[in-house]
Amino acid sequence: MTEPLLSVRDLRVSFQMDEGLVRAVDGTSFDIMPGQVLGVVGESGCGKSVTMRAILQLVEKPGRITDGTICFRRRNGADTVDLARLPPRGAEMRDIRGAEIALIPQEPMAAFSPVHTVGDQIAEAILLHGHRWKEGGRKLRRAEARDITVGLFRDVGISMPEQRIDAYSWQLSGGLRQRAMIAMALSCKPRLLIADEPTTAIDVTTQAQVLALLRDLQARYDTAIIFITHDLGVIAQMASYVVVMYLGRVMEEGPVDEIFHAPKHPYTKALLRSIPSLYGETRVALPVIAGALPHPFNRPPGCPFHPRCPDAMARCSAAVPSLQPVAANQLASCFLHHDVAEPA
Amino acid sequence: MTDSLLEVRGLQKFFPITRGFFQSVVGHVRAVDGVDFTLKEGETLGLVGESGCGKTTASRCILRAIDPTGGQILYRMRSGKVVDLATLPQGELLPLRAEIQMIFQDPFGSLNPRMTLLDNVGEPLLVNGMKNRRERADRVAELLRLVGLRPEFMHRFPHAFSGGQRQRIGIARALATNPRLVVADEPVSALDVSIQAQVLNLLLELQQRLKLTFLFVAHDLSVVRHISDRIAVMYVGQLVELAPTAEIFRQPQHPYTAALMRAVPIADPRVRKDDGILGGEVPSPAAPPSGCYFHPRCRHATARCRAEAPELREVAPGHFSRCHFAGEMTF
Repeated sequence: MTEPLLSVRDLRVSFQMDEGLVRAVDGTSFDIMPGQVLGVVGESGCGKSVTMRAILQLVEKPGRITDGTICFRRRNGADTVDLARLPPRGAEMRDIRGAEIALIPQEPMAAFSPVHTVGDQIAEAILLHGHRWKEGGRKLRRAEARDITVGLFRDVGISMPEQRIDAYSWQLSGGLRQRAMIAMALSCKPRLLIADEPTTAIDVTTQAQVLALLRDLQARYDTAIIFITHDLGVIAQMASYVVVMYLGRVMEEGPVDEIFHAPKHPYTKALLRSIPSLYGETRVALPVIAGALPHPFNRPPGCPFHPRCPDAMARCSAAVPSLQPVAANQLASCFLHHDVAEPA
Repeated sequence: MTDSLLEVRGLQKFFPITRGFFQSVVGHVRAVDGVDFTLKEGETLGLVGESGCGKTTASRCILRAIDPTGGQILYRMRSGKVVDLATLPQGELLPLRAEIQMIFQDPFGSLNPRMTLLDNVGEPLLVNGMKNRRERADRVAELLRLVGLRPEFMHRFPHAFSGGQRQRIGIARALATNPRLVVADEPVSALDVSIQAQVLNLLLELQQRLKLTFLFVAHDLSVVRHISDRIAVMYVGQLVELAPTAEIFRQPQHPYTAALMRAVPIADPRVRKDDGILGGEVPSPAAPPSGCYFHPRCRHATARCRAEAPELREVAPGHFSRCHFAGEMTF
């Protein structure tokens, strides 16, 4: 059996605000295997982005990783490092960030600097982690980094790469900018790519192009991808394994086919029912999830979903269900399927 | 104009491109250039297209938030009188403002954070002559109940509400003056999936109860399909297809509509597809291509498409398409 590339266990991230403590991630666990596409789905405030920032040690103050481990298998050795224990500005974290774990952010407009050309920004990353491209760890020359950047632009399907690398981010269209961002994320041949809502800000036909590109690159380089989105359609098209999050906890996880065709958790079921499809009946009331997302200062006790759950029982408000196997490859945190609570 | 509530004919809106110290006009962005449709009372027309296609500009022209460059926007008033909104002088617009209202996309930016719900929702009433605060409070209470909020909320400020609740507040404000036509510009795209379904259900329910007519502007085809009786598709400022919802999904008569439908990711891992992805990018409305605006991206394009701009024509009863080959080809 292959070892996971990254293994998150019982991760907790909280933000100490004036108004109180926000537990953005409250005991999240999942694994990602080498070369796997893991889809993380959830609504706003479910902690999906904070989890990813924690993996990269990019949680901003007043946020803090309070508990849990993030074990990452480094490229060179068989040993794993616990990213949660590494100092965010330390040499090892800086060596991993960008080089072994790369991020594709949601808003490429905000992620690129407007005063440097996109080519320069990508070349900078290549120069910084340059030994990945040359045997023996020799430092790269600027011209070499530029050539690599042109090659990357060609790989991600940008036409006229020699000209485009001298463009500023604001001169590129949304689709091209996101492609350039993907080129930057791939520039150091990462083993894990975190794509945080990479297509949310772009149009549907461009989204289809970017998704096809990511699928193609994933197959070509065998990079593992954590794909974060709120769009169940995108998850169904991209992921092989899915993690469903709600209020900082994993509600359910399993292979994509099981999640969509045999969901176990009431939240997953409700989420799938509430999206209008391209095939269903039109102009009829959609099944909805009652109520609203609770305020972060006001987390419900017990299972975070119980106030909105159609199947809630007395026990659901008293204890937090833990994530347990409920089918061959599927896990769920729900007392309908098991009765193992989290230790109080 | 027969029995329709609104009839848009040849709508155009150009924005000048200026350059230099004297701001001389060097060209025009043809944001809307050829939009024709009618809206019957009580129906929902979905206006779809990608960003920059002119759907928002077209809807703002209908609201006369901006002045159109050309074309006609004929509107039948409650009194039965037909007016052309495109050319009506500013001074005569006030009575129409009560009849045509808008629901905005961003529930955070569209409510005044310094005003309570009573003042936010009640402002259109005040403008339209309801000076008595007591009377306004009664009407606001009624409106809040209508959109599924508690009337006690009216003394709170918008920051106390979630995105979905704020969108309900925005809907209550739009309904304050008993409008007949409501222009909803991406009303659910800023909301989470579970909240989106609640707001869509509310809009459908209100439409039936209050006999509203909706112009529903959105980019999400599955949402538009769910709520609309008919769908109009825009591309680079032009209406390229218009048909009843079931009809357009059964047999799209424009290659862009077909490509748009194929691009929607389907929430079923067993239906994965990579074929038919539309290449290229949306051209700039400042310098659109020759002939059919879609020809550089169209896999069926011929020499005729490059040279000759197609007209919007009726290819089947109620089904309009701006493609030379509509009716002859399956896209």
